[in-house]
Amino acid sequence: MKGGKLKKVALAVAAIAGMGAVFSQTKSLPKQWEEAAKRVYVPPGQHDEFYVFFSGGFNGQIGVHGIPSGRNLRVIPVFSVNPENGYGYSEETKNLLMTSHGWIPWDDTHHPELSQTNGVPDGRWLFINANNTPRVARIDLSEFRTVEIIEIPNSAGNHPSAFVTQNTEYVVAGTRFSVPIPQKDHPIADYKKWAKGTITFIKVDNSPGEKNDRMEIAFQLLVPGFDYDLAHCGKRKSHGWCFFTSYNSEQAHTLIEINASKRDKDFILAVNWKRAEECLAQGKGKEMKTVYYHNYVDPATGIAKAVKKTSVTILEPKDCPGVAYYLPTPKSPHGVDVSPDGEYIIGGGKLSVNQPIHSFTKMINAIKNKQFAGEIEGIPILKYEAVNHCEVKNICLGPLHTEFDDKGYAYVSCFISSEVVKYDPKSCKVLDRIPVYYSIGHLVIPGGDSAKPWGKYLIAMNKITKDRYLPTGPELPHSAQLIDISGDKMKMLLDFPTHGEPHYAQMIPAELVTKHQKKIYDLEKNMHPYAVKSEDEAMQKGVVRKGNEVHVYMTTIRSHFTPDNIEGIKVGDTVYFHVTNIEQDWDIPHGFAMFGADVPNILIMPGETLTIKWKPEKPGVYPFYCTDFCSALHQEMQGYVRVSPRDADVKLCWGTGNKRKCAE
Amino acid sequence: MNILSRGLLALASLLLIGVFFQPLWKITLQAPQYPEGLGMLIWVNDITGEKPHDLYNINLLNHYIGMKYIEPEKIPELKIMPFIFGFFIVLGLAGAVTGKKKILKAWVILFIIFGILGIADFYRWEYDYGHNLDPNAPLKIPGMAYQPPLIGCKTLLNMKACSFPDKGTYIAAASLVLGLLALGVSALVDKSSEAKALQT
Repeated sequence: MKGGKLKKVALAVAAIAGMGAVFSQTKSLPKQWEEAAKRVYVPPGQHDEFYVFFSGGFNGQIGVHGIPSGRNLRVIPVFSVNPENGYGYSEETKNLLMTSHGWIPWDDTHHPELSQTNGVPDGRWLFINANNTPRVARIDLSEFRTVEIIEIPNSAGNHPSAFVTQNTEYVVAGTRFSVPIPQKDHPIADYKKWAKGTITFIKVDNSPGEKNDRMEIAFQLLVPGFDYDLAHCGKRKSHGWCFFTSYNSEQAHTLIEINASKRDKDFILAVNWKRAEECLAQGKGKEMKTVYYHNYVDPATGIAKAVKKTSVTILEPKDCPGVAYYLPTPKSPHGVDVSPDGEYIIGGGKLSVNQPIHSFTKMINAIKNKQFAGEIEGIPILKYEAVNHCEVKNICLGPLHTEFDDKGYAYVSCFISSEVVKYDPKSCKVLDRIPVYYSIGHLVIPGGDSAKPWGKYLIAMNKITKDRYLPTGPELPHSAQLIDISGDKMKMLLDFPTHGEPHYAQMIPAELVTKHQKKIYDLEKNMHPYAVKSEDEAMQKGVVRKGNEVHVYMTTIRSHFTPDNIEGIKVGDTVYFHVTNIEQDWDIPHGFAMFGADVPNILIMPGETLTIKWKPEKPGVYPFYCTDFCSALHQEMQGYVRVSPRDADVKLCWGTGNKRKCAE
Repeated sequence: MNILSRGLLALASLLLIGVFFQPLWKITLQAPQYPEGLGMLIWVNDITGEKPHDLYNINLLNHYIGMKYIEPEKIPELKIMPFIFGFFIVLGLAGAVTGKKKILKAWVILFIIFGILGIADFYRWEYDYGHNLDPNAPLKIPGMAYQPPLIGCKTLLNMKACSFPDKGTYIAAASLVLGLLALGVSALVDKSSEAKALQT
C-alpha cells in the first residue's frame, strides 16, 4: 500500500520533472534569442519583407534569399553554367557566355547592384560584375534570369563594378589589374612602362518595353596603372561623379602584399562623367580597335545572340581637363561609399585603424581653388586636407565597407576585428559596435548604398565560419548574419549559411520586385523558330533531317512528349531536340534529359522553347524523360529514340499514342 | 395594357441587352496546388476562362479523368442562345409598343419555359461531361462521376468545384421579375377598371 503510494508519488514527480524538462527546453532560450526568433520567424505560407541578392563570388551566380527569414529562394546562374536547368548548355543560352577569349563557363561575381531611378532602387534589373574575364551582366527581375552580358575590353580583374549612377544612366567597370593596353608581350618587370588602367562607363538604355540589347560601352577613361579596387557613384549633390578607390600606386608587380603597402596614402579617383560627355561631344575621344562581345537574349525568340564588337572610344584625362581628380586616401583604401545625400565620400581604411571621410563640397571647392598637391598623367591630385572632412579615429581594425541607414547613420564592416561599427559620418563619432562571426567583408542594408536607405536590417557577409554550423569537412560555407538596426543598439537576429561567397549584396522591399513578376511565358508570343504551339503542330512538323543534322519539334504537356517515339536516327547524326513546353500554368516546368547526352537536362518553363544537342554513338533504343516532377503521371512522362547503324535503311518516323507520321 | 405595364415590359426587354455583356454562369475549381483557383465563365455565346489560360488548364486537368475537352465551338446552344435573347428583346419591345396584353402574357410564359429548359439543358451538359468519360483515362475511380453541381459546391477528388449563376443570369432574372410585375400591374389596372365599369 505504502509502496504503491510512493510509486505513484515518484511517477507524478517524474512526470512533472519530464514536463519541466520539455517546458524548459522551449523556454530556456535566452530572452535575447527568444526576441530575435520572433523578429525573424516568417510563418509557413507567408512572405518575407525583403529580397536580398547575394553575389555568389567564385560560384559565378547570385543567391536570392528572403529577409528576415533568411530562406533561400533561388540561385540565379549568371556567368557560370548551371546543370540544374541547362543554363549555358542549351542552344538558346550558350551564347550568353561567349567572349573574345572564347566560350567561358565560369566567372567570379562580386558586386550586384539594383537599377535605380532618382537614386532609389527600382526593382527592374540587377547588374553584376565578372572579375576574371571582365564582363557586366544584367538580370531581369521580372523573370530572375540573366538576359544580357557585355564584355569589357582593355581590362583585367573587373572589380570596381557593377555600380550604377542615380538614374542608371551608366554602369561602371574598372581594372583591378592594370595591363598593357592594347595587350602586348612585355617583360613583367617593365610594369611601370606597360601598365595601364581603364575606367569604363557602360551606357544603359532605360526605355520601356521588352528589349534586352540595353548596354553599350560609352567610353573608357585611360588611367595610370594602379589597381582600381572599388567604386560607387555620386548621388543627389554629387550626381554626375563616380568614385574609384585604388591601391598599388607604388606600381609593384610582385609580392604586392608587401610592395603595394608602402605608401602612407593611395588614392580615390573621382571621375566627372558629365564632363566626359562634354569632351566626347567635342570629339576628344579616340576610336580604338579591339574585340569584345555583347550578348543578349532576344525576348521574342528567347535565343541569346552573341554580337562581336570591334571598337571602343578611349578618353585620355590629358585631353579632357576636369574629367578626373585624385583624392589622397590613407593606406590602400578598399571600399568607397557615398552617403545618401551625396556629401560624404568614405574610403575603407583596410590597413588602418582610422576611417577617412572626404567631403564632396570641399572637393568641389578644392578644385575651384586649385588646391593641388601634384599631378599624375594629366590627373591633378587634390590636397588631402582640402578634401578631407575627418578621420573617424580608432574606428576598428581593417574598416572595409560602409552602408547607410534611414536616419543618417553609417555602418562599417571591419574585417580584421570581425565587427560592425555604427558611426555618425557628420560628427565622426563611433556610436555602437557588434561582433560578427567571422571576418566580415561587405555588409548590406536595404537601399544602403542608394539615395534612399530603408534601414531596419543589416546583413554582415562573413568569409569564415569555422565552428558556427555543423561541420561539412574541410570546405565550409560562408555566412550571412542578420542584424537589427532599427534601434540605437545593433542586435544580432539570425545567422545562415549561403551559396558560394556572399561577396556583396543588394536588399530591396519585396513589393518592388513582386509587382512585375512573370508567371509564364505567353505561348502565343513565342517566336522561337523551332517552337510548336500544339501537339498537332508538333506532329505535323515532326522530325526533319538536313544531312546529318536532325531537328525534332517536340512539345511537353502533362504528362507526355509529342512525339515520344522517334525512329530513323542514325549513328553519326547530330540530333537537336527543340522542346516547347505548351503548358500555360504557373509553376509547371517540364524537364528533358536524353540518355547519354554530353549536356545536362534542360528545364523548360511554360510557353518556352529550349534546345539540347545529342550525338548518339551506338545503335540501340535510348530513352528520354521528364526530369521535373510535373504531375501524378510524371514517372510515365518518357519516350524512346531508335538509333540505327550509319548505313541502315530505317525511315524517319515519329508519333505519340495512335498518332504516327513518317517523313516522305 | 396600361402605360406603366408597357413601360415595365420595355424596361425588362432593354435590360436583357445586358445579358450579352455579362457571363451567365461561373464554375470555379479550387485545390491545394491551385491557391489562385481556376474559373470558367459561361456566356450567352461562349465559354471562357476566368483568367487567361484557365480554360486551357481546366481541359488539361480534365484529361486525367477522361473528361471531354470543353470546346465552345462544339456546343450548339451557344450559337442559338443569342437569338433567343434577341427574340425576347424584340418581342417585349413589340408588346410595349403595341400595348397588346397577349404579347406580354406570351413573353412571360415563354421566358419561364425558356429559363426552365435552359437550366435543364445546362444540367444535361454537366451530366454528360461528368459521366461520359474516356475509358482510357489514366485516373479511373470505380463509381466516381465528376458532374459539377448545378448550384453550389461539391468536392470532386482534390478539387472543390463550385457552380453559381453569374451577373447575366441575375440580369435575366431581374428582367423576368419586371415582366411579371408588368403582368401584375396590368391585371390590377384591369380589375379596378372592371370595378369602375361595374359601378357605373
